[in-house]
Amino acid sequence: MADTTLGVTSSARGIATPGRRRRRYSLLSTRDKLVLGAMVLVPTLIQLLLIWIPTVISVMLSFVRWNGLAFSDIRPGGFANYAYVFRDYPPFWPALQHNILWLVFLAVIATPLGLLLAILLDQNIRGTRIYQSIFFAPVMLSLVLIGVIWQLFYSQNNGLLNFLLGTSGTSRAVDWFGDPHVNIWAALIAATWRHAGYVMILYLAGLKGVDPSLREAASLDGANAVQTFFRVVFPVMRPINIVIVVITIIESLRAFDIVYIINRGTNGLELISALVIQNLVGEGQVIGVGSALATILLVVSLVPIIIYLSRTFKKEA
Amino acid sequence: MSSLSTPTKPAAGVAQVRTAKVGSMQRPRYGIHLFLILMSILWLIPLGWAVFTALRSKADTDRFGYFSFGGAFNFDNFVTAWNQGGFARLFTNSLIIVLPSVILTLLFASMMAFAVSRFSWKFNITLLIMFTAGNLLPPQVLAAPLFEMFKHFSLPYSISGSGNLLNTYFAVIAVDTAFQVGFCTFVLSNYMKALPQDLTEAAFVDGAGVWRQYWNIIMPLTRPALAALGTLEVIWIYNDFFWPLLFIQSGSLLPVTTGLNNLQGQFLSNYNLLAAGAIITVIPTLVIYLALQRQFVAGLTLGASKG
Repeated sequence: MADTTLGVTSSARGIATPGRRRRRYSLLSTRDKLVLGAMVLVPTLIQLLLIWIPTVISVMLSFVRWNGLAFSDIRPGGFANYAYVFRDYPPFWPALQHNILWLVFLAVIATPLGLLLAILLDQNIRGTRIYQSIFFAPVMLSLVLIGVIWQLFYSQNNGLLNFLLGTSGTSRAVDWFGDPHVNIWAALIAATWRHAGYVMILYLAGLKGVDPSLREAASLDGANAVQTFFRVVFPVMRPINIVIVVITIIESLRAFDIVYIINRGTNGLELISALVIQNLVGEGQVIGVGSALATILLVVSLVPIIIYLSRTFKKEA
Repeated sequence: MSSLSTPTKPAAGVAQVRTAKVGSMQRPRYGIHLFLILMSILWLIPLGWAVFTALRSKADTDRFGYFSFGGAFNFDNFVTAWNQGGFARLFTNSLIIVLPSVILTLLFASMMAFAVSRFSWKFNITLLIMFTAGNLLPPQVLAAPLFEMFKHFSLPYSISGSGNLLNTYFAVIAVDTAFQVGFCTFVLSNYMKALPQDLTEAAFVDGAGVWRQYWNIIMPLTRPALAALGTLEVIWIYNDFFWPLLFIQSGSLLPVTTGLNNLQGQFLSNYNLLAAGAIITVIPTLVIYLALQRQFVAGLTLGASKG
């Protein structure tokens, strides 16, 4: 579930017309109302029961002390869990820094790399399909598998990277996933391998949709390729740009699988999402602390989610 | 039915199509190719290295080193990894989770999308927003409540060895479905909105009920979107690591992606086997990718270009 998938309601503009003619609910027969009601009710109940009610419970649990055993053990806790997380829980601040680093790295390296590949591949390049298939292939792989594959590449004694650097077998051989000074960077490169391909394919689809006459007009006016892109194409791609920004933010908040497979998100690879799970499972379950971390993650995540939703649904409401 | 006009397809056949542009002059672009070739090589190295390692025996790599060409190349590691890792069981478990999840996701999402896109009623946009937002939450936010809910949901021992919903596929399938329904509803509702209103209007005049309009008219026309989303969801749910990790404790019930976590420990001393295990896990996605690449890409970018 490490994948953020977003669609653009570019059709938001298109809906208006058929929308006006959409059938009024009140014109339906009783039987049809019941059928339609069931079609809405079943998925809605699933969403409420398995997504939204648990979200609310998560927030509530962050204000209690609980070992996760019997419900009768639940004690009110006020803001004690938050105070503990902010003041006395050593991995919290490193985890927050790592999440921010994750976001900055994806935003500054991975996403622009994906954009660059998309722009280059959009230029009627020979063999573009082969290039696309290569860059896109990692998007098909789970982040767990990506962790394993890069582990083989990064391994201290047997990995290709240390062989290529000539340090393999010597004391200078770096344990790329193990050394807490470098492992976050190693994990970020592995994550980039996937993220860039994802951004590339989304952006490429957007570029294909740009009206070619815009570019022709720009080139007739004497704009060069760079000017055409930044002054004409990029502004037209605004809906896709927003989707890519939101995907980048949400992916960096959701990052979990890859650090969990490497070392369960410890020793240099702390992320908020991994800390949530560390507090929920294993010895001395501290549901309250885990839920406080989950609530912090929720609040931060709601910012890009609300921005995205308000932009997407503004025209429809 | 065949006389119906084809509806406009939002974002059908994206990306890999039509690169032809009128009259663009073909000056060779060596710089771009050089850069792309270089990047392609960099991109292929990790996978290539895994394949290379998997094809060699541990004895040979110990003798000649991992960074060498000495010794034999064969598929022995794949056979060993398959048997020792219990891949037959892991793949079966994945199938048991993926198939129902994808079918239920598409069924519920298409029903919801039909209701919000073809009829106007009071809360349809509100519900659509709720569905879309649910898909974007980090799964870890829901972990503790869902775990406790399932733990306290008693089941007869004949159905679940744990006596509750933990350690069962029901839990994983239910949450996978709930999590994916949001995105699919969003995409399908955009797709269905673009279908001409006259279609269902005519059927309505002919006395077709709501269910027939959904099942016999709208669903067949939505097939391209369903195929694209179906492909995407098969891969997403196959790749899902987190929910089985949270809900399933016994190793014999784990699907491939989560089982890889255990295999990594089991094969840690033998990188050749680990590499073979990783490649085995890649194969199903690779097959789907090669066979249904267009569907997959269309699913990802559905609605991303102006329909």
